[in-house]
Amino acid sequence: MTAWEAVIGLETHVELSTKSKMFCSCPTDFGDEPNTACCPVCLALPGALPVPNEEAIAGIVKIGLALECDINESSLFYRKNYFYPDLPKNYQISQYTFPVCEHGTLDVDVNGEPTVVGITRVHMEEDTGKSSHIGDGGGRIHDARHTLLDFNRAGVPLVEVVTEPDIRSAEQARAYAAELQRIVLSLGVSDARLEAGSMRFDANVSVRPVGETKLGTRTETKNVNSLRSLQRAISFEIDRQIQVLEDGGSIVQETRHWNEDTGATTSMRVKEESEDYRYFQDPDLLPLEVTAAWQDEIRSTITALPAERRVAIIEQGVDRETAVILVDSDELSGLFAAALGDGVPARTVALWLTGDVVAYLRRNEVELSSTGLTSEHLAVLGRMVDSGDLSSSAAKEVLIAVLDGDGGPGEIADDRDLLQVSDTGAIEEAVDAVLADNADALERIRSGDMKPFGFLVGQVMRHMGGKADPSVVRSVLEEKTTDSR
Amino acid sequence: MSDLADLTITEAGKRLRSGDITSVDLLDAVTRRASVTESHLHAFLTLDGEGARASAERADADLAKGTDHGPLHGIPVALKDNMCTIGVETTASSKILKGWKPPYDGTAVARLKAAGAVITGKTNLDEFAMGSSTENSAFGETRNPWSTDHVPGGSSGGSAAAAAVGSAFGSFGSDTGGSVRQPAALCGVVGMKPTYGLVSRYGLIAFASSLDQIGPFSRSVEDSVALLGATAGWDRYDATSIKGPVPNFGGSLTTGVQGLKIGIVKELMGEGIDPQVLAATIAVADKLTDAGAHVVEISMPSTEYALSAYYLIAPAECSANLARFDGVRFGHRSTVEGTTEDMMAHSRAEGFGPEVVRRILLGTYALSAGYYDAFYGQAQKVRTLVRNDFTSAYAQVDVLISPTSPTTAFRIGERAVDPIAMYYSDVCTIPSNLSGDPAISVPIGLDDEGLPIGFQIMAPALGEEVMYQVAAAVERLVEFDQRPALATSEVAPV
Amino acid sequence: MPVEIDIARVAHLARIALTPEELETYSAQLLDILEHAERVQALPTEGVEPTSHPLAMVNGFRPDEIGPCLDPESFLSQAPDTEDSRFRVPRIL
Repeated sequence: MTAWEAVIGLETHVELSTKSKMFCSCPTDFGDEPNTACCPVCLALPGALPVPNEEAIAGIVKIGLALECDINESSLFYRKNYFYPDLPKNYQISQYTFPVCEHGTLDVDVNGEPTVVGITRVHMEEDTGKSSHIGDGGGRIHDARHTLLDFNRAGVPLVEVVTEPDIRSAEQARAYAAELQRIVLSLGVSDARLEAGSMRFDANVSVRPVGETKLGTRTETKNVNSLRSLQRAISFEIDRQIQVLEDGGSIVQETRHWNEDTGATTSMRVKEESEDYRYFQDPDLLPLEVTAAWQDEIRSTITALPAERRVAIIEQGVDRETAVILVDSDELSGLFAAALGDGVPARTVALWLTGDVVAYLRRNEVELSSTGLTSEHLAVLGRMVDSGDLSSSAAKEVLIAVLDGDGGPGEIADDRDLLQVSDTGAIEEAVDAVLADNADALERIRSGDMKPFGFLVGQVMRHMGGKADPSVVRSVLEEKTTDSR
Repeated sequence: MSDLADLTITEAGKRLRSGDITSVDLLDAVTRRASVTESHLHAFLTLDGEGARASAERADADLAKGTDHGPLHGIPVALKDNMCTIGVETTASSKILKGWKPPYDGTAVARLKAAGAVITGKTNLDEFAMGSSTENSAFGETRNPWSTDHVPGGSSGGSAAAAAVGSAFGSFGSDTGGSVRQPAALCGVVGMKPTYGLVSRYGLIAFASSLDQIGPFSRSVEDSVALLGATAGWDRYDATSIKGPVPNFGGSLTTGVQGLKIGIVKELMGEGIDPQVLAATIAVADKLTDAGAHVVEISMPSTEYALSAYYLIAPAECSANLARFDGVRFGHRSTVEGTTEDMMAHSRAEGFGPEVVRRILLGTYALSAGYYDAFYGQAQKVRTLVRNDFTSAYAQVDVLISPTSPTTAFRIGERAVDPIAMYYSDVCTIPSNLSGDPAISVPIGLDDEGLPIGFQIMAPALGEEVMYQVAAAVERLVEFDQRPALATSEVAPV
Repeated sequence: MPVEIDIARVAHLARIALTPEELETYSAQLLDILEHAERVQALPTEGVEPTSHPLAMVNGFRPDEIGPCLDPESFLSQAPDTEDSRFRVPRIL
């Protein structure tokens, strides 16, 4: 039986969250009322002309820099010619040769296995309007009687990130997509909401026998609007293609549609004619010049990227999985960073945030900001554990009470009598008393049998009403069982 | 001159400010003139009587209050019907746009309004400005005021005829390959194409974006300066408009040509140029020499390829520019049953005239896979060669001169059946569009049929001042003061 | 270069529905024009950079600021067909 290998490339469209559209001053943030965010430019009325949004160019350069691309100092806008009713000009302003960014990379990690995905290009274009297909097919284009068009979205700046065919599995594809989303969010250039379509994926998938170097015929799967469906769609497509080939069939180069309900991709059944986009440089627009100085200026606005931030957190002794969760939430990572300081155990605080706090928020269906938890609270609580004033289980109880708004950690621990005794004087007294009552145990330890040691610790703890710091108890007990020898 | 409609803008402005006449009087004069001439010429597609009257009254009220918006204040002007005017039908002479009322004013239009100009109506053109005779209008051709069985030139034939006959004091057209200068020559008026990027294209229905420029028609060089001045300057709605201060176009109108170096373009003075046009051009060159200019012959070898390059570049750009006319959001929609694709294809087939279809097909072909390099790519390289020719020419001379049109006005129908003969009408004007430099046509006389001859002056980018300097000198040297017989409001013409 | 034109495909790309007779006429006219264009091909242009724009300017940006939009009625009222404030077109497939 042949062993198969999948070859996957992703094209990702990211809507930039600039205030105004790519080539006109209509807002990118519009309500549900159709055609209310439109002007002669984005409606392509006769005589209207595009004028590029400087901030959008800064945005794509930011993405390019984050993906370690070469930024072309000079790049060009092209017209991509095709007729479609949601495309008002019947050409899309896009880029062809000389995109803004080329030749980048993105590192992804699947179960601790790192892969480098090559970025072919990152180019600037504009979004189309929105079609609603009206008919009996519940919005499906195939059964629609007619179509309604809303051009509010037309002209929203769109960045397309194209990868090399470097991805080998659905899991890797998902990891790439997730990391790209994190980067875009961290750069603040897009809200990257998959469900809202502000970040969209097209997956080019082919398969070939392992060892084969030539690429197989690929399909392009569209309409994938979550990370989970991206992974499912690619898995499905890989399996489907392998099945077709093993059955002696061949793959048709075509566009396929992911159907979330059936969990399958289906052929779009659109007449496949060889496209001829008749690209040519848009004479309404000037060459783009992104000077080295401007690149530097843009670079200086990029704060640490998720990967760097994860490394920094891992260096504090936090495990990778916890670091990923922390970095994915600005709120959590913000609290974490602010809580760190002398005597604050980073790993413990990270685990509280990603474990207890997240669970609390989910259980109570509340936002972190509506709880009373501050970084100061976390720092205090962390120090209390670190110094032995509070046991780790007591700390969790205090943390929940803080989230409930019962007050500060010190106050709560006090009120609930949860503080541990680490005063050696009191512990020494207790140890002396316990040893006096358990002379035979002491004898056995002194003769080299360490078995009763744990028992003695327990006795001391009980003597202290459970409020002694066990580590102090241990060291005192160790001292007392050995020193008179 | 007894009829107000025959005043220049400068003269009319003086009398307005002296309180002798009002803007409403000027409007009445051109309206009366149009009522006589329109049945013979068909220069206008739309006359906005009501709107014009309201603007004229406002101009008078403003002036009475002491508010003067400048040289065009209260002056009735006409606009080519490819310039978007809010609420006033704008068709580009195409069936596909019949009835369309733009929801916005183009920048040049808005600036004219702000300058106090009174917009009287929209003039006829070759559909989407594609043509050199104004015969390609979906709404009937315009005729030449000097001889109504001749074409006025094109594509801005309506605006040229209106300025010539006095149904407007001045007018605007657009010049992509000579569409202002050539009809100006054929109608005996001044017509100029500014430096590319000097006048905003926002609101001008695009033909070929890298070549289109809006430019004025007038009956004097001084008026041309005033009309250009009101529209020129950077516009935030046109990414290709030039930033920086606007040149002082009219600063040297009275300077003369003493000491100027003038190049006469060798390749535009030979084969294909009508002998009478050639003789008239040489006569003016001699007068310039007599007036103290150094006139030398300049060779621009790429010029003869310019026409062929133009007829690849302009159709390619237009094939994309006209894609938006699809029956979806505005304009004509076919009633043919079928899919959206069928609807689009039939709307376009029904809405576009044959010249427009021809150019869209040509441009689509020139851009299509496998042919791009041979046609469009090569044409763009020829464009570079043409520009290089201009650059080396301007290293030697201040301005270049040539005929504007190889012939005077031709008969209606004469070239309509032969696209290539028609395209040759623009052979002298196209090079300046490819280079993006300014050029002007000034009337210098009549041929033996009584048809006007135009003289072209070309200058380097943003060289409008020296261009106007020479144009004003030519105007003084030739003293062309004939007017077409039709330019009257009194007698019913024959 | 011998010129061939698949005129039906060109007309389809340009979305213009033409009759067979019209296609034939346009095909002949295009060939005529392209014959003249061949002059352009004869010109040696090795090493010549193409000019796509007469100006030596770059960028021409606008700041990221929101401006006024059109009143939908001003353009919907001019559309061939609308429904619920949207443009209506026939079925797509």
